[in-house]
Amino acid sequence: MSNQDTKQYNEVTEGYLNMELLRFTTAGSVDDGKSTLIGRLLYDSKAIFQDQMEAVERASKKSGEEEVNLALLTDGLRAEREQGITIDVAYRYFATPKRKFIIADTPGHIQYTRNMVTGASTANVALILIDARKGVIEQTLRHSYIASLLQIPHIIICVNKMDLVDYDQKTYDTIQKQFEAVSSKLDVQDVRFVPISALKGDNVVDRSKKMDWYEGPTLMYLLENIHIGSDNNFNEGRFPVQYVVRPQTKEYHDYRAYAGRVAGGIFKVGDAVVALPSGFESKIKQIVEFENELTQAFPPQSVSLVLEDEIDISRGDLIVKKNSIPKSDQDIDMMVCWFNEKPLQIGGKYAVKHTTSDARCMVKEVVSKVDINTLEKDFEDKSINMNDIARIKIRTTKALHYDSYRNNRITGSLIIIDESTNETIGAGMII
Amino acid sequence: MEKYNINHLRELEAESIYVIREVAAQFENPVLLFSGGKDSIVMLHLARKAFWPAKIPFPIMHIDTGHNFEETIQFRDDLVKELGIDLVVKLVQDSIDKGRVAEEKGPNPSRNRAQTTTLLDAIEEEKFDCAMGGGRRDEEKARAKERFFSHRDEFGQWDPKNQRPELWNIFNGRKNVGEHFRVFPISNWTEMDVWQYIYLESIKIPNLYFTHEREVVLRDGAWLAKSPFVSLKEGESWQKKIVRFRTIGDMTCTGAVMSEANKLEDIIDEVAAARETERGGRADDKRSEAAMEDRKKEGYF
Repeated sequence: MSNQDTKQYNEVTEGYLNMELLRFTTAGSVDDGKSTLIGRLLYDSKAIFQDQMEAVERASKKSGEEEVNLALLTDGLRAEREQGITIDVAYRYFATPKRKFIIADTPGHIQYTRNMVTGASTANVALILIDARKGVIEQTLRHSYIASLLQIPHIIICVNKMDLVDYDQKTYDTIQKQFEAVSSKLDVQDVRFVPISALKGDNVVDRSKKMDWYEGPTLMYLLENIHIGSDNNFNEGRFPVQYVVRPQTKEYHDYRAYAGRVAGGIFKVGDAVVALPSGFESKIKQIVEFENELTQAFPPQSVSLVLEDEIDISRGDLIVKKNSIPKSDQDIDMMVCWFNEKPLQIGGKYAVKHTTSDARCMVKEVVSKVDINTLEKDFEDKSINMNDIARIKIRTTKALHYDSYRNNRITGSLIIIDESTNETIGAGMII
Repeated sequence: MEKYNINHLRELEAESIYVIREVAAQFENPVLLFSGGKDSIVMLHLARKAFWPAKIPFPIMHIDTGHNFEETIQFRDDLVKELGIDLVVKLVQDSIDKGRVAEEKGPNPSRNRAQTTTLLDAIEEEKFDCAMGGGRRDEEKARAKERFFSHRDEFGQWDPKNQRPELWNIFNGRKNVGEHFRVFPISNWTEMDVWQYIYLESIKIPNLYFTHEREVVLRDGAWLAKSPFVSLKEGESWQKKIVRFRTIGDMTCTGAVMSEANKLEDIIDEVAAARETERGGRADDKRSEAAMEDRKKEGYF
């Protein structure tokens, strides 16, 4: 915590200052109960206001629905309401006394893979819904694969609609086994299971009275207590320089600080650092956060670093700790999710953004394409279209200083941009 | 073992500062839109932090409808003087005089929609390539779909169905000549976060947010303040009430709430107990289910 958070406040604020931020993503289609679950979480945590609820009631009545359609709370665009589908990522907010939550609510159909990937990119937790009547289906695989590809640290499998299978333990156990067989093929570390009924509220916020056989926590308990303190990388010191602060005033005549957000590791005053690409070495003289000087900085803090020596550093450079130098290479091997109607071109040239650094690249090779419904790799089919996920090799115009995505989601990720339209057309995760 | 974590408010702060620095780095001529409301005041505070001890490297711009609360203008001018930053003011009245946009008719003419014309003209005239706004995703459902970096075509329009995917913390601000960006650094903040942060950081805000006595009239469920811009309809009358404002916009569309909250702690308690959204008092959002989406597509804030 920053130095200035040590004064005394009233009770509401004291509680508020102890809250952590948890970002989770949900993916699902119209009928798997995702909207009902989100509606339930928002409603039970009192994040839905009266005027919002009244608007939803009015809209439900207008479209002739019998029950209040909680999906209308999340579908924000006219086209979404008209078609009754979620098109884009919608962000929702709620808080309990323990945590503040940001939900990235994404559509679950295969044609929206890119939206799921977007929502997953910043999440600590993925909620995956399984209909208890259907068990593990193609969609479950797809969502789990995306969660593993994007390295979401925690996955919660909600076996939903337990009310429709008479709250049967055997059904739940079978589904858990089914999923475990699948997840052994995926790169996931922390998977939890909860049997719920979003519609009836069983094990969502309140413990179910109909499933005595289940001794685990409720979904809300998990969301409030899953340990997210180690989700950031605290090992390898990484500081992408965003902006050089030069006041050029009398008081701060020769002052020069490098502003950025810590992307990995813990930087302390006195630490030996190296600036990349120059390779110049120096030591940290000051860590500045507005009017305070800090003794250390770690992810995800935004600070400025003042170094002992005057060395040439500009935006796009990476300051690293001397004891943990990242990889530097122009040849990058990565997984890509393709976002655009225009297919990926082998030999095509694109712009690349990696941390705060800009470069250009050429696609050298499509290694394999992933069938995200079966998780099989296809080494023959080289056509990469919208929503496809593939392993590719690119060569960049200058060396990128990177970590594998598995080690660091910030220094291991990049986006690909179409130079003629400026659209973001691909997301890359470096292997 | 030492704990390396920051609370959610500091995490939101770090995210917003990161976004503001990206704007300063990626654009040649950005501007921060300032309304005098709490969200833009918080943004300005975050901008100070982002570049400290250097001055904020961009100007702020106020689109002045002429329907402001006097206190807002006074507050704005004092703050600009204190921070030593450049202020650009563009008047909706000028756009009306030039015939760029027509004044609405009726007893309660709102200049809410007219502002869009003034804003887009100002962006073109001043050659701003990025305008930062204090919009938050929790405010309204069309805003919930908004990106941090929101691309606008040469007509200033938003195409919600064709937004650029935004992943991790990589922001793509590339654009063609004549296009611009709207950037929303406090996208992920809620009303409560904003209030807690104002309290935590002891940020000065206009007195309108605190309780005071004022003459108001009840219209379409909102208490409108007495001003030269609101005339009474048949059967209406001015009433003295103890009120404060949860949001500050034009006097023609900002509803007051009955409240005796005279310090930040009280406001926070009130927000915690509120059962209506803060925009519930805003007549401009009540015009239709998609009022905000339609205005945003045209180029609104």
